Amino acid sequence: MVTLDFVPLWTLLLALAVFYYVVFDGFDLGVGMLYGFVPDPSMRSTIMDSVAPVWDGNETWLVFGGLGLLTAFPLAFAIIIPAVYFPILVMLLALMFRGVAFEFRFRHEYLRRFWDGAFCGGSIVATIAQGVVLGAFIQGFKVDGRQFGGGSFDFATPFAFVVGLALLAGYGLLGAGWLILKTEGALQDWARRAGRLCLLGVLAGILVVSVWTPLANAGIAQRWFTWPNIALLAPVPIITAAIAIVEWYALARRYELVPFLGAIGLFMMSFLGIAISLWPMIVPYHYTLWQAASPESTQAFLLVGTLFLLPVILMYTAWSYWVFRGKVRGDVGYHP
Amino acid sequence: MTLDPVLLSRLQWAWVISWHILLPAFTLGLAAYIAVLEGLLFFTGRDIWLRISTFWTRIFAVSFGMGVVSGIVMPFQFGTNWSRFTDATADVISPLMAYEGLMAFFLEASFLGVLLFGRRLVPAWAHFFAGLMVAFGTLLSSFWILTANSWMQTPAGYKLINGRFEPVDWLAIVFSPSLPYRWFHTVNGFFVTTAFVVLGVGAWLLRRQRAPDDARMMIRMALDLLIIIVPLQMVLGDQQGLNTLKYQPAKLAAIEGRYDTVQPTPLTVFGIPDDAAATMHDAIEIPDLGSLVLTHSWRGVIKGLKEWPADQRPPVGPPFFCFRIMVGVAFIMLFVAAAGQILRWRGRLWQSPRFLWLLQYTAPLGFIAVICGWITTEVGRQPWTVYGLLRTADSVSPSLTGTDVVISLVCYVAVYLVMYPAGIAVMAALVRRGPQAPEVPLRHEGGLPRAPFESAARAVPNSPPP
Repeated sequence: MVTLDFVPLWTLLLALAVFYYVVFDGFDLGVGMLYGFVPDPSMRSTIMDSVAPVWDGNETWLVFGGLGLLTAFPLAFAIIIPAVYFPILVMLLALMFRGVAFEFRFRHEYLRRFWDGAFCGGSIVATIAQGVVLGAFIQGFKVDGRQFGGGSFDFATPFAFVVGLALLAGYGLLGAGWLILKTEGALQDWARRAGRLCLLGVLAGILVVSVWTPLANAGIAQRWFTWPNIALLAPVPIITAAIAIVEWYALARRYELVPFLGAIGLFMMSFLGIAISLWPMIVPYHYTLWQAASPESTQAFLLVGTLFLLPVILMYTAWSYWVFRGKVRGDVGYHP
Repeated sequence: MTLDPVLLSRLQWAWVISWHILLPAFTLGLAAYIAVLEGLLFFTGRDIWLRISTFWTRIFAVSFGMGVVSGIVMPFQFGTNWSRFTDATADVISPLMAYEGLMAFFLEASFLGVLLFGRRLVPAWAHFFAGLMVAFGTLLSSFWILTANSWMQTPAGYKLINGRFEPVDWLAIVFSPSLPYRWFHTVNGFFVTTAFVVLGVGAWLLRRQRAPDDARMMIRMALDLLIIIVPLQMVLGDQQGLNTLKYQPAKLAAIEGRYDTVQPTPLTVFGIPDDAAATMHDAIEIPDLGSLVLTHSWRGVIKGLKEWPADQRPPVGPPFFCFRIMVGVAFIMLFVAAAGQILRWRGRLWQSPRFLWLLQYTAPLGFIAVICGWITTEVGRQPWTVYGLLRTADSVSPSLTGTDVVISLVCYVAVYLVMYPAGIAVMAALVRRGPQAPEVPLRHEGGLPRAPFESAARAVPNSPPP
């Protein structure tokens, strides 16, 4: 019998799912955090309406990413998730506040300020928590056999929180890009200024993480800075810098779509950078993708459905974005 | 006192799942109801269907949103608190949950946006289709999550290698022996739950003369459904009992409060269970009836819990009491459904203020039955996570200390105690507002209408003054 190796395919699918989640829930979390800082509170309904029809679809990718990891690389799920027990807890609770704020804000007149705060604060806290998870992941975990061997507070390092703040700036940039695309007038102008501020944060974050990671980990330093890797990988920082420059000018000029695409581009380059650093580890520095993979039968069983359903999902997701295309309209959305 | 991470993790699981299941218990039936209303609207074009559908869709949006955010919590619990269970079983049950996400969650989430906000943006048939897809999604979701639960109750199609479950036969894993009974019983129970809410809301509106025509229609539709599905639910429950007797006899003994094996077996109506002494104090028993009800024969045997070693027995209290509450609720529901039909047949349904008053208070009955039924089956599965094979005590994450779980449990309790009352208040406000005159033109061309406010003011005599 010919045995098939589904690991590369699952790695690709999972990477795409995580990237999709980061971009799509990233922009609606980013929109959520910007929401709290607009100069004129009357802009808030427009901001919320710009993501109202799509946010729960976007959040569904988090569930799919989690369950995809569980199915394809169960060992990674069983080690990583308990290691980030508290960041996950905080993220889930923050997502909860932010998710219900959509409906509650429009129905509770007397609690509107509370739910406005919940929407913005929930978005910020959930984002930092996701960044902390990513930071802890890059740092690696203490592993004991097939289980996490450390304590529930091991995640709390300066590095993890720096990544948390970097992600905050990143989602803010995506959110600003989305608002530029979906709104007009004063709100759009404000989003351009907020976007430039976030871009500075993103660049600082990328710089700090890119210097800190190889300094903390000799293996990663070796991968990036030995010959010929240093030449082969040089395009990664060069392209990142190029995108950053384009993004800076696009935010200041009249472009409507470029800022959002530029933000996605920066995320893609960062994602690639992390993948290059950690490959082929899924539980960094302990288990590779192949060691953590579920048996072929499990991967195949889910793959059959995924390959059939994923295009269908993308099709009707695209349709629902198409239905709500264009600038946010005053007559579509939540109105009491 | 030492804090036990296993017990605390179980409490945390019980807390988050109990609150979560209230929402699917309501939205599954409601999605189907909305799909029916949208269908009636599409085919008849009558305003009443638009009003009722819009009214319930708003309430649906709130409960669905809460269901999404409380549901995202669930898969992460497997990792945060039950990582050893995850490592042992993921190869078998994780694809079942992933299929739930793939088939159901995306379908629901994408089409819900269109159902909620798209009436003005898509053609009428597409809006009806979106309603159908949301309803279909909730059904698929219940199917897949129950395949995972049923496999934990009655595992099949696996082989055990070094304490880890490996898949052998996917058909056997998906359709494990208890799945069909559990799925039908659960889904039908969710329909009953929703119908009682619709009934109660209809009665409330009618008593206050808010949109009385719409309220009467809701009550009629709910009563017609209930007279079929309440008796059906009793039959399905009986069938699931037989399945439990066959595959999980210790659970059945706990439900019945049976410590000693007796033939023929009496039915214990009530008593105070004492697990330490393995006796039922102050038991009220009806001779022979246990055999008849549980085995459908006068001489059938129900094994008592003493047939199992003490460390393999579930606790008796929760399954014993919760089961009795569930059955009690079922009989109240049967009474309400039958009384409604009798009153209607005599033409006195709308003239009976006492019956309408009663309907308001029976609205939450389904939720009580759902929670009690699930406590019965989940506590009855103890001390195992995978029945007879993997102990709950061996399932918890090894890194967790009691303090860790206390902190997280307190956080979950605090947040849910803010979120749920707020959500219920929002839904109550939507009910108080009642069905409203349609805000949108009923018939429209596809695509983006040019003048969206053109027919916003449509007078409907039925609606209350704003």
